Amino acid sequence: MADKTTIHGMVGDFDSPDQLMDAIRAARKAGYTKLEAYTPFPIHGIDDAMSAKPSILGYVVVCCGAVGLTIAILLQWWTGAVAYPLVISGKPMFAFEFAIPIIFELTVLLSAFGAVFGMFALNGLPKLHHPLFNYSGAEGITDDRFVLVIEAGDHQFDAAGTREFLLAQGAAKTELIEE
Amino acid sequence: MAQLTHDQELKNKLSAPLATGNPNFHDVTEAVSIISEVKTHRNWYIALAITGSITGMMGLMIAYLIVTGVGVWGNNAPVGWGWDITNFVFWIGIGHAGTLISAILFLFRQKWRTSINRFAEAMTLFAVVCAAIYPGIHVGRPWRAYWLFPIPNEFLDMWQNFRSPLLWDVFAVSTYGTVSALFWYVGLVPDLATLRDRAKTKARKLSFAIASLGWRGSATHWKNYEKAYMILAGLSTPLVLSVHTIVSFDFATSILPGWHTTIFPPYFVAGAIFSGFAMVVTLMVIARWIYKVEHLVTMTHLENMNKVILATGCIVGYAYATEFFIAWYSGNPYESYVFFVSRASGPYWWAYWSMVTCNVISPQFFWFKKLRTNIPFMFVISIIVNIGMWFERFVIIATSLHRDFLPSSWGYFRPTFVDICTFIGTFGLFLTLFVFFTRFLPIIAIGEVKGMMAAAAHEEHYLDEAVAASQGKEPVGAAH
Repeated sequence: MADKTTIHGMVGDFDSPDQLMDAIRAARKAGYTKLEAYTPFPIHGIDDAMSAKPSILGYVVVCCGAVGLTIAILLQWWTGAVAYPLVISGKPMFAFEFAIPIIFELTVLLSAFGAVFGMFALNGLPKLHHPLFNYSGAEGITDDRFVLVIEAGDHQFDAAGTREFLLAQGAAKTELIEE
Repeated sequence: MAQLTHDQELKNKLSAPLATGNPNFHDVTEAVSIISEVKTHRNWYIALAITGSITGMMGLMIAYLIVTGVGVWGNNAPVGWGWDITNFVFWIGIGHAGTLISAILFLFRQKWRTSINRFAEAMTLFAVVCAAIYPGIHVGRPWRAYWLFPIPNEFLDMWQNFRSPLLWDVFAVSTYGTVSALFWYVGLVPDLATLRDRAKTKARKLSFAIASLGWRGSATHWKNYEKAYMILAGLSTPLVLSVHTIVSFDFATSILPGWHTTIFPPYFVAGAIFSGFAMVVTLMVIARWIYKVEHLVTMTHLENMNKVILATGCIVGYAYATEFFIAWYSGNPYESYVFFVSRASGPYWWAYWSMVTCNVISPQFFWFKKLRTNIPFMFVISIIVNIGMWFERFVIIATSLHRDFLPSSWGYFRPTFVDICTFIGTFGLFLTLFVFFTRFLPIIAIGEVKGMMAAAAHEEHYLDEAVAASQGKEPVGAAH
């Protein structure tokens, strides 16, 4: 129990996405709840298998888009009709017709900022270090390894038993990684 | 000697898995990453020296322009827009294929895009850089170019005219450039992490660690990442259509015969995609040969791009015909004069007919499978198409301007050496950026190709496809 605070979890390193998916399903069935999978590319259906909640990024983007839209309208109205009204070819000082291209562009721009920076923020990036990088085979994850980590915080976690469990699922390698 | 070891090194790394014809995940990582990991080849320095000098020439021309004034260009009454706007529209148009491949084909679930999207997106970004130079330097006083943006400052003491399509253009192009850069970077992050994990030296590891922001490919990461990618694709799709639409507004909202037409937005967008795909083919043919990734960028990819060139070439040809029809059918004498006299038989007849030959006639060869799968042939056509698309912008600008409403103010545009050298210089800049990109970054989206392979593994014909792809053929039994 004493060293539990310094241990991040048990790594199970698999050869193929299918093995990883089976291991995730088995782990969920065996009652493990604190799981994280690490893969070189997104795997279809992995979120369902891990019962992960859908990404909230869409809401972030909608909010940012709304801000962009508001800025675009206020900017064009205030500069043209309030701060510096200037008659140009008899056109109105402000009208939605001519304002639409910039409303569109700024909405898209701010939405894209929301999507990109929101994604990084939700993923906790940039990050200087993560316990996963203590795993001796971490380099394989961005190549062709499929890793399942059962975290030490899991109430069912027990170094020996969890290792047994992962090996039984066909893990090519297991390793205890520190915090 | 250096040549030999370089080639040998690449060959050893690549040919083994190819011989068996069934690349696995690791082979893909290896094939793409190795390009940026081998010792820099002597030819790379030669290429950089050439493109760098051309870029340097552009720098000199711009410096000369800034210290002297825009009078060093051929622009003068009545042709107030010359090569500056022609080249701006040309470069912006080139970029459109990259966004089309990365965003629109993604939404349509076109699997073949994965091998070429990284490359095409880089092209978009570099083309936008080249395009953005022109509005900056053609304003007359480039040190005041920031006045294009609504930035409060003590000198201007007034606000931009938001009723002008030229200002819409500033917003459209800068949004397009920014979003393209972000989209490209988001796609790069997992692959930068791959390079980080493969890095042998400390400096290399550190730089890729910083660039990849600590990406570790967890399921949570991928969940948000895929969502972000989907949203960016959804945002980029209308964005790319809006950019050339707004560029065309610069012309269409004026009252000049030949510009004042409602056909301009779709006509410009089709032309942009047409020229952009041609540029991707030109560059991809060279890159897949130099970097030996023919097993990842196969004939199927090239053929599909040629089909897009054929389709958009036909749309462009149809637009040219429609312009003439409307000029006649509208009964507007100024409109018919521009098309039937100025363009088809006036002093710029040579430019007009070069444009038609290059853009309408040359892509028709791609109806034949033999020709659209012939690499030297498609290379030549792709260059001809881009020459034609440059002429299209020149024809639109020069022919509508050179004969003003009063014959006393007629003129003829002649480029000066500064016009010509600046334009050649932008190609130098474009290629220099590519030389750096192909040397230091993964030119193919490693993660995406692997994801596609994994998805394909669940399909019956996976093995057939992989074998066929590695041999550069169509999959056995695939629909023709």
